[in-house]
Amino acid sequence: MHWASAADFFAMGGYGLYVWGSYLVTLAALVAEIVLLGRRRRAALERIGQLRAIGQRP
Amino acid sequence: MSPPVGETAGGTVRAGGDPAGINWFKYAAPQTFYPLAGRMAHGFAVAAALLCALGVYIGFFVAPTDAQQGDAYRIIFIHVPAAWMSMFIYVVMAVWAGIGLVFNTRLSGMMASALAPTGALFTFLALWTGSLWGKPTWGTWWVWDARLTSELILLFLYFGFIALQAAIDDPRRADRAGAVLALVGVVNIPIIYFSVQWWNTLHQGASVSLRSAPSMAATMLLGMLVMALGFWMYSIAAALARLRCIILERERNADWAARYAETGT
Repeated sequence: MHWASAADFFAMGGYGLYVWGSYLVTLAALVAEIVLLGRRRRAALERIGQLRAIGQRP
Repeated sequence: MSPPVGETAGGTVRAGGDPAGINWFKYAAPQTFYPLAGRMAHGFAVAAALLCALGVYIGFFVAPTDAQQGDAYRIIFIHVPAAWMSMFIYVVMAVWAGIGLVFNTRLSGMMASALAPTGALFTFLALWTGSLWGKPTWGTWWVWDARLTSELILLFLYFGFIALQAAIDDPRRADRAGAVLALVGVVNIPIIYFSVQWWNTLHQGASVSLRSAPSMAATMLLGMLVMALGFWMYSIAAALARLRCIILERERNADWAARYAETGT
């Protein structure tokens, strides 16, 4: 462990903007992809359900 | 959940005369691969979460501060793995696209389409983190260096592939058109990889090479490799999840797909 304190850790030796800018954007991008995949999946399943309902209409 | 009818037919395959009793070709059908892809995506997602957490831990708490770059170098734990994935996913995408083109297998084309957005994402992340690393170390966010420029072209190749496929209504024609673009674009991958050797540019040479000992501390290398493995697992999980969406979208009129829609799985 080479961080004296939490503030020291977040400062990243003066490079906090660059280091955290990289890690947070990466995290946000991956989370966004997962959310979009979930939405796309639900939309596809709903669409199939709608098509089925139309097909079963007398 | 009771399995859809068509699925059980392939459970123990008697056809084909395979001595091991397993007919691997049955998974070339979207219908049979769909549930398997779901189970695989789950496993790879768990592995990705664990490996990325371990990689970040090593990157921030085990790896020492760099003597020259201070803590700015910690961007390497994302930057290099993301850049590796951006190139690797493109090659895998082109291979699947090529298989689809040659053998006319539906699932191969879907696999290529499923990989493209994740590949584009890692290309963007490689450029973004590279920019944030370039500012404190090179003094500039961007420079028209051979490595950076060819990586930017890779991003445009991914966008071109996605846009071309989106512009064509017939999915089978979209697969073929995308495959041609993907295969032509493969020429850019060796250009990216060897750009730091072919041109004398600002971007540094390879940190890790098969021919020489790594030029970095063992814990730094370990953190980078664990993160790369984590990104790899993530990419597989994301591509499989997207593949399942594409299968559902294309097979929306099939009876087996309707059974999944009813249970919502």
